[in-house]
Amino acid sequence: MSVNISTPVRNTSIEKKKKKHRFKPRLLILLIPPLIWLSVFLFTPYVALFLNSFWRVDFGTIVHTFTWDNYIKFFTNDLYYGTLLKTLKIASLVTIFSVLLSYPLAYFINFKVKKNKQLMYTLVIIPLWVSYLVRAYAWKIVLGQDGILNSLLISIGIIDKPLEVFLYSPYAVVIALTHIYTPWVLMSIYTSLEHIPRNLQEASKDLGAGRFRTFFQVILPLSLPGVIAGATFAFVLAMGDFLAPQLLGGTSSMLISNVVYSLFGVANNWPLGSTIGIVTLVLVLLILEVTHRLEKRTSSFENVKEQKGR
Amino acid sequence: MEKTSRFDWISTSLKASAVLIFLFIYLPMIVVVVYSFNGNAVNSFPVLTWSVKWYGVMMNDSALLASLKNSILVAVTGTIIGLFLGIPAAFVVDRFSFPGKTIFERIVLLPMILPGIITGVAMMSVFVMMRVQLSLTTILIGHGTFLIAVVMTQVYARLKRLDRAIEEASMDLGATRLKTFFYVTLPNIKTAVIGATLLSFTLSIDEIAVSYFLTGRELTLPVQIWAMLRRGITPEVNAISTLIFFFSVVMIVIVTRLNREVD
Repeated sequence: MSVNISTPVRNTSIEKKKKKHRFKPRLLILLIPPLIWLSVFLFTPYVALFLNSFWRVDFGTIVHTFTWDNYIKFFTNDLYYGTLLKTLKIASLVTIFSVLLSYPLAYFINFKVKKNKQLMYTLVIIPLWVSYLVRAYAWKIVLGQDGILNSLLISIGIIDKPLEVFLYSPYAVVIALTHIYTPWVLMSIYTSLEHIPRNLQEASKDLGAGRFRTFFQVILPLSLPGVIAGATFAFVLAMGDFLAPQLLGGTSSMLISNVVYSLFGVANNWPLGSTIGIVTLVLVLLILEVTHRLEKRTSSFENVKEQKGR
Repeated sequence: MEKTSRFDWISTSLKASAVLIFLFIYLPMIVVVVYSFNGNAVNSFPVLTWSVKWYGVMMNDSALLASLKNSILVAVTGTIIGLFLGIPAAFVVDRFSFPGKTIFERIVLLPMILPGIITGVAMMSVFVMMRVQLSLTTILIGHGTFLIAVVMTQVYARLKRLDRAIEEASMDLGATRLKTFFYVTLPNIKTAVIGATLLSFTLSIDEIAVSYFLTGRELTLPVQIWAMLRRGITPEVNAISTLIFFFSVVMIVIVTRLNREVD
């Protein structure tokens, strides 16, 4: 086997070698343990969820006869599809706010901070590692009846008794979810901004474009893939959240996953819960597929990225 | 003159919004840390008396300590499962094409992408159908499954950048494939493996959506905290949250250091 070490042709030599190694059945043995684990503990559950969604419940026990009832119920009962629509609305709000908050900060750290850039970025990313529960729960202290916001507003004299609207409302859910998912979006936008070569910005300015024009015609379009990836993340995660709504939202701000939660809990209707699970699953996969294509289409910049990455 | 004043306006507003957004990101954490030293049992503002008694209460809460022990047990074992199954999977996916590869890659990633509740209820239905008693083991199976995906993506990303000439050199010099893996490949992806280990551990310690549905009699830390929160706000939660926060900071500092070493 000849080894080609010279760097410029390394890529092509790897390509060739990839082809050579195509059939090595002996090494596929490595794949057997993970494959068994995943088919038993991952593939089977998803299949079971799918099958469950076609069964029905009779006096608290699951009857194993095929029926479309659950799907019909889901798409005709306002309690179910209405909640899904509400969930999509809240997830959209969370996504929009996360992007609006992330972009300026990512831009600032990437283009304006000269010293300690890495430190600033790390500081922004730290919350990602901090317990989800802690971040959701903290808003209870801030927005609660005796919370910081109410006490502050009373002491300034804007209101004279604590307001209940902050907590146990869709607002609280949107604020908390925005807070929880902003670092994800920020990370994604920051990475895409980081990959934009500085000389493009300079070139745009040399050619006479103003700051706004440089931003809207050069920086923003080039960072779009990052924005889309981050927004997708925030949307999908917010859509599936059930803990923050339960902790901070009232009964009126229950999201679709809260319905699943109760169907698998007190309401004890697993087949209907599975149906909603499958609908959510399909929706998530659809969203991912669409945004993945969008991301690809907007990234007109692969080559430069590649070069920078080296 | 006019030009310089406009220039300042843009930069200043950008800076101001950056500071405000930064505050928004940190406000809840600061609040929790401050209130963990609140002497009063009610989280009212402003804090009137200071005390460390909630840390004492926490240290004497046997249910909480037991759940912490359970969480560590699950996280350590889950991480080991993730590493032992995730690294070979990453290796094979990087090196070989086989029938169904794309589907395999997609299914592995599902528990990372899908809302945790879906994976949770799906696994729970199977365990209940097969009459498996929900316990720490079922939680561990849930965690191990998504940690395989975590390790696989982390290690796969590094393997893709690895210069394969060094492996070929090793084999040309007579080393077997296995020897090459342990003496050449593994040391070169070491930081990715350590990073994946720490990430897996942290994710497992924090995981709640899947665990919630797979929990039997023994709870993990987040499920225990969740139960405490459902019963009503207790300042003890602030104390444990503060400790979790500082633990997370230490973890990320280590991971960032590791990543910088590579670049």
